[in-house]
Amino acid sequence: MPDSPSEPRAPLDGYDLDGYDLAVIGAGPAGTAGAVAAAGLGLSVALLDAADRPGGQYFRGTASSTPQGGAAFAALRARMATSRVDHLAAHHVWSVTRDGEDAWSVHALTGPDGDGGEPVRVRARAVLLAAGAQERQLPFPGWTLPGVVGAGGAQAMLKSGLVLPGKRVVVAGSGPLLLAVASSLAAAGARVPAVVEASGYLGYARHPRALAVNPHKALEAAYHGGALLRRRVPVRTRSAVTRVHGTDRVEAVTVTRLDRDWRPVPGTGRRIACDALAVGHGLEPRIELATGLGCATRRTPDGTDALVVNGFQETTVPGLWAAGETAGVGGWQLAWSEGELAAVAAAVRLSGRVGPAVSERLRALRRRRDRLRSFADAMAAAHAPGKGWTDWLTDDTDVCRCEEVTAGRVREAVADLGARDARTVKLLTRAGMGWCQGRVCGTAVSCLAAGGTAPGSVPPTPARRPFAVPVPLGALAALDEGEGGESTGVAGLGRCGAAGPGGQGPYVLGEFADRTLDGVGTRGGQGAAATGLRDSRAPYGQSAPEAQRPSSPPPFGIRDASGPGAVGVHEPRDPVVPVQRRGTRGPGTPGGQRPPAPDGREPAQPARPAEPGRSEPSRPGGPEAPAPPVD
Amino acid sequence: MPSSDSPDVIVVGAGVIGAACAYYAARAGLSVTVLDRGPVAGGTTGAGEGNLLVSDKEPGPELELALRSTELWRELADVLPAAVEYEAKGGLVVASEAAGADALRAFADRQAAAGVAAVEVPADGLRDLEPHLAPGLAGGFLYPQDAQVQPALAAAHLLRASGARVRTGERVTAVLTGPRGEVRGVRTPAGAVHAPYVVNAAGTWGGEVARLAGAHLPVLPRRGFVLVTEPLPRVVRHKVYAADYVADVASGSAALQTSAVVEGTPAGPVLIGASRERVGFDRALSAEALRRLAAGAAALFPVLARVRVLRTYAGFRPYLPDHLPAIGPDPHVPGLLHACGHEGAGIGLAPATGALIAALLTDGRPPVDPRPFAPERFAAVAA
Repeated sequence: MPDSPSEPRAPLDGYDLDGYDLAVIGAGPAGTAGAVAAAGLGLSVALLDAADRPGGQYFRGTASSTPQGGAAFAALRARMATSRVDHLAAHHVWSVTRDGEDAWSVHALTGPDGDGGEPVRVRARAVLLAAGAQERQLPFPGWTLPGVVGAGGAQAMLKSGLVLPGKRVVVAGSGPLLLAVASSLAAAGARVPAVVEASGYLGYARHPRALAVNPHKALEAAYHGGALLRRRVPVRTRSAVTRVHGTDRVEAVTVTRLDRDWRPVPGTGRRIACDALAVGHGLEPRIELATGLGCATRRTPDGTDALVVNGFQETTVPGLWAAGETAGVGGWQLAWSEGELAAVAAAVRLSGRVGPAVSERLRALRRRRDRLRSFADAMAAAHAPGKGWTDWLTDDTDVCRCEEVTAGRVREAVADLGARDARTVKLLTRAGMGWCQGRVCGTAVSCLAAGGTAPGSVPPTPARRPFAVPVPLGALAALDEGEGGESTGVAGLGRCGAAGPGGQGPYVLGEFADRTLDGVGTRGGQGAAATGLRDSRAPYGQSAPEAQRPSSPPPFGIRDASGPGAVGVHEPRDPVVPVQRRGTRGPGTPGGQRPPAPDGREPAQPARPAEPGRSEPSRPGGPEAPAPPVD
Repeated sequence: MPSSDSPDVIVVGAGVIGAACAYYAARAGLSVTVLDRGPVAGGTTGAGEGNLLVSDKEPGPELELALRSTELWRELADVLPAAVEYEAKGGLVVASEAAGADALRAFADRQAAAGVAAVEVPADGLRDLEPHLAPGLAGGFLYPQDAQVQPALAAAHLLRASGARVRTGERVTAVLTGPRGEVRGVRTPAGAVHAPYVVNAAGTWGGEVARLAGAHLPVLPRRGFVLVTEPLPRVVRHKVYAADYVADVASGSAALQTSAVVEGTPAGPVLIGASRERVGFDRALSAEALRRLAAGAAALFPVLARVRVLRTYAGFRPYLPDHLPAIGPDPHVPGLLHACGHEGAGIGLAPATGALIAALLTDGRPPVDPRPFAPERFAAVAA
């Protein structure tokens, strides 16, 4: 550990940041709202995020294409800047470990892409996981051609002010994101020959109540739909791009009608000329940091895995909270509510105290969350992939592009070698073992494995990915020595950073994989994206375990009829007793050196424990945090 | 290949040991049904590195089993498709200090007397074999008989080559017995499967299967982590490990032990082991275990420090108190045979284990002396 900030550090030397109450992972709407709310209740908060600026994928970029809610988020961001939240930008979290009761470590790598930076360990008493979601891809013949990009990636490129993926861009896949992407592309000057949606939109109509209580969602859809109409973009439902044509890059696509199970209807293929294809099939929660800790998951109706949380957003591992898409994809407003709810509940847990104002705030947040969740449920059901989609895969279609494993080889592993699940397919074919660790091909491989006709299929389990991002071996070696550590097998390692240059170049990714990993990780999701279902509200929290935990929040009386909505505007009028922090070594103290702020300015004062008996100054009637626009 | 709902023998466990038992039993003319509650290679087999080692074994029954298996693996490599990635690449054991080199030499001399090929490599010769090894190591030994397979593919192809009927995703819920307590078959949620013999090849979960039959086998899990790097050109040519690995393997301690074991694979990633700790079936990431593995590997191969690790996974070695597998008939339940408890060496010991089980089932000639492996050595505990 270097003694002074000016001493040049060897790469991979790393440093620790100790003594936080709450570490929040992900600075999208859920994480940012959670961090601000927690700091407002007196917690010291570290907010780690891979990007340079808070916002996640949805609030990425600047004013050029301000999404709905942009002003509210800008206000939240401004509030965070003056709060006691330490925003650790460009921190790529690769693992979370539990060190003991109320003791967690968040392990991250710094640097623009987590490469070449330093390992950082942030210690906190509780963790809020708000890592967002990534785009789901279903492969098809030709999907590896240059010019095929993720729909979320195309959106991200636009928000970052980057170039359009092409001049004539077909938008395809499934989910409400497609309309938004097509609308953005058209507004940015691209021609959109077609939006190709595998589901029908009629599915929404089966959930009239969810729409009725979430009218803003209908307005959003109408807004995008209207924009597309004005630009004369045809929307083809119950259809899919089943092949991409071209030699060096995309020249055209074949769009085929689908039956109810998403099987291509023979003879209905139509060729559409284009020079790019933006494709995506909804979002998948990024939950690997939590599953590595043993958190329970649930299968959503559209086939993704989300974390099981109780009524206060706590996972099945006490002390680890989850908000936003990690608990089921539901869009930025739901994410915001869940982040705030989790933060308030965590503050109550850590302080052991709850007053009427906090109780009321929790109640209102829960009500709002439940209402938004009902809409997410409806959307999930409407955009669930049909089981027949694998029929559009030819045997020579690459399913895993990192390891170049074809659909034929996966089918062979299932038919001949006894694979019945994605993990065994991986072991037998290497599908999912490459750079992306199955993030791109996982869904496809699971579907192919489960599609085998042989009996003996094994229930799907969420992929285990203990490392959320690749970690240099030297960074692992630089982890703190644990208690009572024994010596390693080989004498003294010395400084791993001193290792000479390798000679082996970095593994080069294909264009698509790049975008899929970096661009399409739609942290925070798209506004209208909603593909999660949570029909059992409190899978375990409703019963004894939560109530019996000594430090758990007391049951909040939720029966009264305080006004609906208006969540996030309740300043706690009763002081929440500031959290007693055990660690005295705070960020900024020797041994706990902190990184410079991303914009180069002097870092804000690190969070300090509030003085006993004193809470954050309350501003009567003023908003605790800018509330997301309430429908 | 005859296979029906009433086979001659039921093998419980579709890992590499079960696959080898099925393969050799079928070759001996028996019809076999293999049952597993999970998929093929879903347990320890799928979590291992696929080592076929003689280098880490001291003279004794396990080394005999390993040497016989080494020969059988060479035969199997000709029979099975190339996809099993059999590679006779040899092992290189290195010592960091002079005292360690002396101990290693004495160990290798004893192994040589038992039939192991071991070639001393002086300090200045190490980097001819492994150009990226750290400078300053004291010396080492090359073991040409050490080899490697891709374990899951090896198990899957062995199973397929056996012609056995494989029923995955089917948990054995009971062992059926007759009036004299003899095995009559097993029950699963799909119904009964009748056979006069049941082979318990359930690996780390072998104790549970034994219990279903009213038998006792003290198999315990011993957790290990493996780190997998990004694909690389061939940076590491042999299986390379530090001399103290041997002591860790033989230790019975429950505490975390790590020793660096580093090897390249045909597909490109470098695999890094090996940690050992007895913590039950806990898969939670141990930062300390990972740190030690990484530090040990980077100490052996400094060039790896900059290489990125893509994943890590935990596996559970089936551990028996005396570090020898249980292979042979149960002393109390007629018709029940055990073939489990191979700890971290199951891939390497599988063929001779399968051949031994087949010989016991058919009164054939055993490939090794079966007595040291007889499960009855735990009978006193059961009584």
